[in-house]
Parts: sequence; structure tokens; C-alpha cells
Amino acid sequence: MNFVANFSDLKVVGTRPVRPDGIDKVTGKAMFGADLSMAGTLTGKVLRSPHAHARIVSIDASKALALPGVKAVVTAAGDFPEISSEEAAAGESPVNFRHMAHNVLARDKVLYEGHAVAAVAATTSAIADAAMALIDVTYEVLPFVIDVEAAMADGAPILHDDLVPSGMAAPGKPTNIAKRVEFKLGDAEAGLAEADVVVEGRYETTAVHQGYIEPHAVIASVNPDGQTQIFASSQGQFMIRQYVSKILNMDIANIRVTPAEIGGGFGGKTLVYLEPLAVALSRKAGKPVKMVMTRDEVFRSSGPTSGGVMTVKIGAKKDGTITGATIDIALQAGAFPGSPVAPACMCAFACYDLKNVRASGYDVVSNRSKIAAYRAPGAPISSFGVESAMDELATKLGMDALELRQKNAAKAGTKAAYGPVFPEIGFEQVLDAAKSHPHWSAPLGPNQGRGVATGFWFNIGGDSSASVFVNEDGTISVVSGSPDIGGSRASMAMMAAEVLGVPYEKVRPIVGDTAQIGITGMTGGSRVTFATGMATVQAAEKVVDELKKRAAMIWDISPEAVDWKDGEAVPAGANAGGFDPMPLAAIAAKAGKTGGPIGSEVSINAQGAGAGFGAHICDVEVDQETGHVKILRYTAVQDVGKAIHPSYVEGQIQGGAVQGIGWALNEEYLYDKNGRMDNSGFLDYRVPVASDLPMIEAVLVEVPNKRHPFGVRGVGEVPIIPPLAAVANAIKAATGVRMHSLPMSPPKIVAAIESGKG
Amino acid sequence: MPRLSYAAPASVPDAVKLLAGAQGLAKVMSGGTDLLVQLRSGRAKPELIVDTKKIPGMMGIRETADGWVIGAATPSAELSEHAGFSAAYPGVVEGTNLIGSTQVQGRASLAGNLCNASPAADSVPAMIAAGAVAVVVGPTGQRSVPVAQIVTAPGRTSLAKGEFIFEFHFPKVSGKQADAYLRFIPRTEMDIAVVGCGVNLTLDAAGVITAASVVLGAVAPTQVAVDATSIVGSKLDDAALAALDTAARAACNPINDKRGTIEFRTKVAGVLARRAAKIAYDRAGAR
Repeated sequence: MNFVANFSDLKVVGTRPVRPDGIDKVTGKAMFGADLSMAGTLTGKVLRSPHAHARIVSIDASKALALPGVKAVVTAAGDFPEISSEEAAAGESPVNFRHMAHNVLARDKVLYEGHAVAAVAATTSAIADAAMALIDVTYEVLPFVIDVEAAMADGAPILHDDLVPSGMAAPGKPTNIAKRVEFKLGDAEAGLAEADVVVEGRYETTAVHQGYIEPHAVIASVNPDGQTQIFASSQGQFMIRQYVSKILNMDIANIRVTPAEIGGGFGGKTLVYLEPLAVALSRKAGKPVKMVMTRDEVFRSSGPTSGGVMTVKIGAKKDGTITGATIDIALQAGAFPGSPVAPACMCAFACYDLKNVRASGYDVVSNRSKIAAYRAPGAPISSFGVESAMDELATKLGMDALELRQKNAAKAGTKAAYGPVFPEIGFEQVLDAAKSHPHWSAPLGPNQGRGVATGFWFNIGGDSSASVFVNEDGTISVVSGSPDIGGSRASMAMMAAEVLGVPYEKVRPIVGDTAQIGITGMTGGSRVTFATGMATVQAAEKVVDELKKRAAMIWDISPEAVDWKDGEAVPAGANAGGFDPMPLAAIAAKAGKTGGPIGSEVSINAQGAGAGFGAHICDVEVDQETGHVKILRYTAVQDVGKAIHPSYVEGQIQGGAVQGIGWALNEEYLYDKNGRMDNSGFLDYRVPVASDLPMIEAVLVEVPNKRHPFGVRGVGEVPIIPPLAAVANAIKAATGVRMHSLPMSPPKIVAAIESGKG
Repeated sequence: MPRLSYAAPASVPDAVKLLAGAQGLAKVMSGGTDLLVQLRSGRAKPELIVDTKKIPGMMGIRETADGWVIGAATPSAELSEHAGFSAAYPGVVEGTNLIGSTQVQGRASLAGNLCNASPAADSVPAMIAAGAVAVVVGPTGQRSVPVAQIVTAPGRTSLAKGEFIFEFHFPKVSGKQADAYLRFIPRTEMDIAVVGCGVNLTLDAAGVITAASVVLGAVAPTQVAVDATSIVGSKLDDAALAALDTAARAACNPINDKRGTIEFRTKVAGVLARRAAKIAYDRAGAR
């Protein structure tokens, strides 16, 4: 399908119909990961390391196995194959299956508190708990390191003796540095030397958790012939199938994964934790095994995203033209390599049209739980430093913060430091919309301040499959391989309805299991509405072609003489014959006599994802005596390409902004002196609550991505990027103090106000 | 496997008998909003839970000639919806209104909040500032104990085995007297006080403070009284407020933990004491 140039022709795309999954969710009928039970299901639980770093000397499960009701105990040494190091590109972050296997179940060493050591299946939860207490694990406790800079220092405790860093010279001794990356354009140092004004700052962020409401949950059942059923909440049923196959060395065809309804993922459900354990336990016990993490386990043992430290330098001419910029950043990977340091560097300056720029970063392991993707992985971290520095630069130049960004904005033809030349993008339009929004010029009261910050995310395409079937009565079924975490069932149904020319209500979408639909990459990177949407549109177009053929057969004219208009076959012109339009339902009713059922499945590798840009304006009021920050007003402007279902798009933007505000103000991983997480619950890991926030106003700018039939750009990642610096810049405006370290919690703000240094 | 028994006796003697006769750990439950969380997390492993809500008198609010009598297990939501008590003790109600969430307040009680013995308990500073008295029942009969003497350390109370709180007595509020409670949390709800401060002031007709009670929470192992003599005799002018700030900071003996640093808690204690005192002063003046 060609790009729809005239959006006014659209009848379904761009409207706000009721979501297809709404009733199930509000009535509690929706089946989430923990909601399925099978006859004879056992309860599986994980024994986890109490130590931040230790060698496993021995594991003796004999007493646990002797306890009545205990059906299986699995350990890495006893039940999991040792697999070789194999890197694979997957979703938003590269994965190494050996590391993933060792994270699922520790082998030889535990690398963080909460690292899985053994798993138990028993007839009841209480028996499983008792069994875990009976497993004797002998540890040789080792020195640990939590902080990223301490992990890079000489003499730091080493996590992996065999770690060979990539992208840099071999250090000649064991190291915790897994990788160095660098992206360059022009000569950044020379550019900085040309500047009239240079700002430089060191910025720090902490690890933050995705904070999905639904903990990880799975039920697995393995038959003696190897056929395996898995029902789990994740961002990719095909991801689970692939990873379980790799970790347990099973045939992929023996594994069928049914996607549960998902209670939030945000990138954190792009990995397996429990699934291989449940499969291994079920295989051993001969019964289905269900495992559900506690919130405490979710915090301690599933991925947060990285914290990091960075130095940012930006230089500009007096007129605001940036002459050079650098960022040097080190990110926590957790216990195994794989922080989002590359995207952090690639996104750092992507909002700007710069001639001289360098972004360098290190991926560093330490004794923390292995990080997982979190919305726009890496980008919010580097953006906090860069957009704080941009604010400092605007102040130093005496320029309006938005004007400085307009002056340097990336546009069509801009070459980004990470390589590509941008095609049509909407950053200038976003900045214009922000500047002309009444929020930017609204008056402020005492102790109040306003900040602005921007953000960039690539958005991605990739493997997607979708099928469209015409039912006997002319209604339509759509199946896609993408778990619905942001409204994709609604948007697939809408795009299919648009192509077919039928009402949205006549199209019912589902998410298929791994045996029902072709391979589809996981939901992440803001790819689904673009890539799976493209597959759905193509499948619907094939159905339209077939419908035209069937009408032609009934009319006994050539298929080329049939057009498709508003859900009906019509003769293409006067010469085609004087037939009355034939509705889709009429063609469907005769399908048996014209060649059989009508339907189409399309599997593609979607190319041409359109980059997304956003600008957020934030007003705060700071209690100067207690450091309490109140978000007074918040406006998030974003180029979304084309909003298929604007309410979902606004919801994505609001949700991203809120997660970013939490990251800015109060969320953090706290460790005690033994390297154990000290705040593994929602009481002391403080995500924003509803009463903390004003209505987040989402402003949709639509600069279409012409490589998608309806102009779609991804929208889910961009909105979490600007809030960190937008809030920091607002606090600077309200207090006069620049906060360099997240979270900007009340004690830190009070200390900064008192010392004049943040 | 460990066993857990539950009993809901209908009288004080039956409850006392159960508690006093228990072999292992026995816990009194009113709303259960702390106890059930402790059970689930494994922090508390009682063998017996005695639910006191079926005992006549444990739930309810009544006004007497001497003041107010509050059943120990009365849900805090009932306190905040009680017009008479809310008017008499707005500060106490401000405290109970901050316990947990709206849903939690449907169960959470004054006795539970007190006997959980957290230094951060939101209802306790204003109760102490009000001079509330707990009526304690147990194997040796009944005794009256000032609320200030119930909590002895984090997680510990002065109640003996078999004892529990039956009701609270709040003195009659007369003349220009009023209270207020403020707490500091990083968010706006669903949190635990980093600092809490209850203030109860009495003024004369000219607006001069004749009696003052200022109590801090979350800045020491138990709630602590601030020496408020410096504001007695004042009209809470800037000098008096500054003296109160200093006195509040001097009363602090906090720890560094995940919820706040020593420096931060100490500073904010002074800030909240000033702010709560102003609210109480304005309320008292308006009476």
C-alpha cells in the first residue's frame, strides 16, 4: 500500500473507538500470567542468594527432597546444560545466552543478592517455602562492588574472571569493563575550542525499576515426549520460546507459548527469569508448575535499568550555534554485560544538528541484578546530562531555552553522530508547538520554576507477522504475533478496518500463540504499530485483492475491472458493466462457491521506522525548607507521525512522562552495607502516586513517516526521555541550584539549597 | 508445618484468657492492617491471633462530660467522618487520615497504630499532645496509662502478656484550645512519615499561649515531646517560632536510614513544629 497522503480520506484511523480488551480488564476476566491453573499444578519457588557476591561451594537438597509434598528441586549444575557464549540481537538490547542462563540460575558463583540458586516444586506454597529452608547451600563469601566507578577502579572485586572487553585494548588483567563504545562526527575537541562559551558538568543517575504492576508469572507443563506448554506474561511469546529453547537445549517445535495478558512491561519483560525454571521443574516433576514472583523478588532479581555517571561538555558561539559537544558515560550493566550504553551514546545529541560531536561510553558489571530494557533504554540517562547542560548553556548565553534548541535542531538532511542522515522528521515542528503553547509563557508564582527538555528515540521495525481472515458473515478476525502492551489490538483492528473499508466493530483482533501465527519479534523499541501494523495492512490488502477476484468471478469480468470502495466491490468504470456494488458480506457468503475461505497471513521484516522527537515543559514549586517538589503543570509535545488511536498515543505519552518524573524525583535502588537492596517494595521505592501529579497534557504533532502506509512513528519510548532534565531545569529555575544527581529527593534538594551546590 | 489459630472472642475476659493462656506468640488484632502485612512477609509468626472487634465497646465514638471515649479498634475512617470528634481534635484526625490509604483507613485503628510501636506512627504524636489516656485491660484487671507511656522502643510496648488496649480517653476541649498534625513525606500519600509533628495549644482571650504540647514522630526511637515552654506566654510571634524550631531540633535523636538522613530529619522537625504550631494557633484563636 502506498502512503496515504490525504489524511482526510481516513475513516477509522485517527478516531478513538472503545478498546477491545477493555471489558475483560475492568471486570477482572482478563487472564494475566498468574490467572491460569491446570489440574495437578505444583507451586514453584526460587531459592535466592543472600550474598552480593559468593562462590557456591555446594548445594545439598536431600533434606528438602525428603519433605513430603516436595516433587522436584533443580540447580544449574544438576539440571541445566552449560551452554557456550552466543550473542544475539534481540529486541532492544543484545543478549548473550550463556549469561542469560547463568542469570536464570547461578552456576559456580552468585553475583548479586537475589540471584537464583535453586528452584523447588511442591504441592503447596507452604511446603515449597519449608523446602527452600531445608536446602543447604554452602557459600564462600567474596568481596563485592555495587557502584559503577568503584567497579572500574583498580583493585575492584572482579565478577567474571574471563571477561574480555570489546571496543578497547585488552587491559592485561581481569576487569569489570565489558565494552567501550564511541560515536564520532567531525572533531569535537576542535569544535569546543572554537566556542565562545563552554559548559561542562558531571551528572549521575541511579538504577530505576520499570515498576510494572504485574509481577513475573508463568505456568509450564512438560509432557514425557517433550511437548511443552508455557503460559506467561511477557513482551514476546516468541522470545520466551527462543530463550527457553536455548537455555534448556530443546527443539523449538516442542515449545508452545501462549501470551498471557500483560500487566505492564516497559522493557522489563523482554527477558526470561522464571520460564526456564518452571519448564525444568515440570519436566522433573511430571506435573504443571506455576511460579509467581513476589514484589520483593521483582525488585531484587529482575532488571532495573542502569544508573550511570557522565561528563558532558557543550560549546557554542555567542549566537547559540553549537560548535562542539562531548559526552563520556559509564553505565551499570548489573551482574552481566549488556547495559544500554550504545543507545545512550547514540541518542545523547541526536536532537541537534552538530558538526563536531563525540559520545563515548563504558559498559560496566557490578554486583547488582542484571539490568533489563526500560523504555528508550539508555536515552533518558544521557539526556539528563545533555539537556541539563543545554539549560546551563542557554543561561550562560542569555538565550531562551527553546530558542537555543530551535537554533540547533536536527532536521531532514541532518547527519546524526551515530551514522544516518535523517529523512523527514518533526523536531522543528515539535519545538514550534512547544514555544507557541500557552504553557511556555504562563506566569509563575514565588518558589516556582519552569524547565524544558527534549528527547530522541530511533523507533524500530523488524520481524512481524499478522493474519486477516474473513468470516462467513463478513466480519473480520485479525491475529498478530505482538503482545498488546500499548493498545496494539485496537490499532491492528483499526488499520485492517481502514484497508477493508468496514467498521471497526466488525473487526476483532487477538494476539496469537507461537503455533498460531508466524514469528514476531517482541513488543519493544516502539516497533509494533509500525512493523506489525505494516504486516496487518499488507494482509488486509491481500484480502482486498482476493475479494475483488471473487467479485470479478461472480460478475464474470476481469479482476482488474473491479475496484474496492468503502467495503464493497464496485465495477471499475462504465466499461466494466452495470453491476450493483457487492458488499464484503455478500462475497463472504459465497466464498465456498468461488474458491474457499478468504484470508491472508503476512510475515515481513519491516524497514523504515521513523525517528521520534519530543519536548516537555514542566513547572514545579519547591518547598525551600523541606525540599519537597510539587509538579504544578506538565506539557508533553511529541511528533507521533500519525496517531492511529489518539487516546492510546496520549496515554503512552502521559505514562512515559510520569515514569520519567518518578525517575527524576524519588525512585532509586538503595543498598545496605552488605550489598543488599534496602528498599525492595513500593513503600520505599517511590513511584509517583496519582495525587503527586497534575494532568499531563499530551500535544500530538503529526509529521508522517512516509514509509508506513498511515505515517506511523513509534511513540512509546520518547516520552520517558525528557522528564529527567525537564524537572531538573525547572528546579534550577525555582531554586537557583543545579541538581547534578538523581533522584532529586527532598534531602538532596535541602542540602543543595543550603550549600548552593547540587 | 506451623499452625496459626484465630479467635474472635465476644468479651474482654475471654480475650484476656486466650491471650494470657497462649503458649507461643499471641497477637492482638484490631484492623489488622499492620499485622497481616507482617504475617505475609514472614516478619511476624504468631501461633494465635485474637481479633478484638467483636468485643462490645472496642468499636465506637462517644462524647462524655469529660471529653471523648474512642473504642480501641475503631477504624480511623469513622473518626474522620465523625463531625463532633473531628471538630474537637482536628489534629488527631489529620493524623489518622494519613494512615496508609483510604482503603486501609477503613480498618486501621488508633490502638493498632499505637501498639505497632513505630516511631513514625501518624496518629500518635497528636494523641500524646492531646494528653490522651489508654485504658488497658489484662489478667490483673484494668489500668489507665497515658498514651505517651505505651511505646517503649521500636516494636515494643509497655503492655504485659495478656494485656490489650480497650479504649482511649481524650480530655474535653474547652475555650481557645486546638490541635494540628503535619507530617513530611517525599510524595503526597501512601507513605511513611519521615518526620511527624503534633501540636496542641491553649490560648487566653488575648491570644496568648497558656499551654503548649508539641510532640514529634520519626525522629527518635519513640515519639518525643518538645520542650515548648519557650512559646508559652507568647502570641507565637517570629521569635517564639524560632525558639520552637530550635527546641524541636534539640528534641531530635534520629537515625540515618532509607527514609531520611539525620540532618534532614532534624531540620524538617523544626520546620514542621513551626508550621503545625501556626495551624493550631490559628484554629485555637478562631474558637
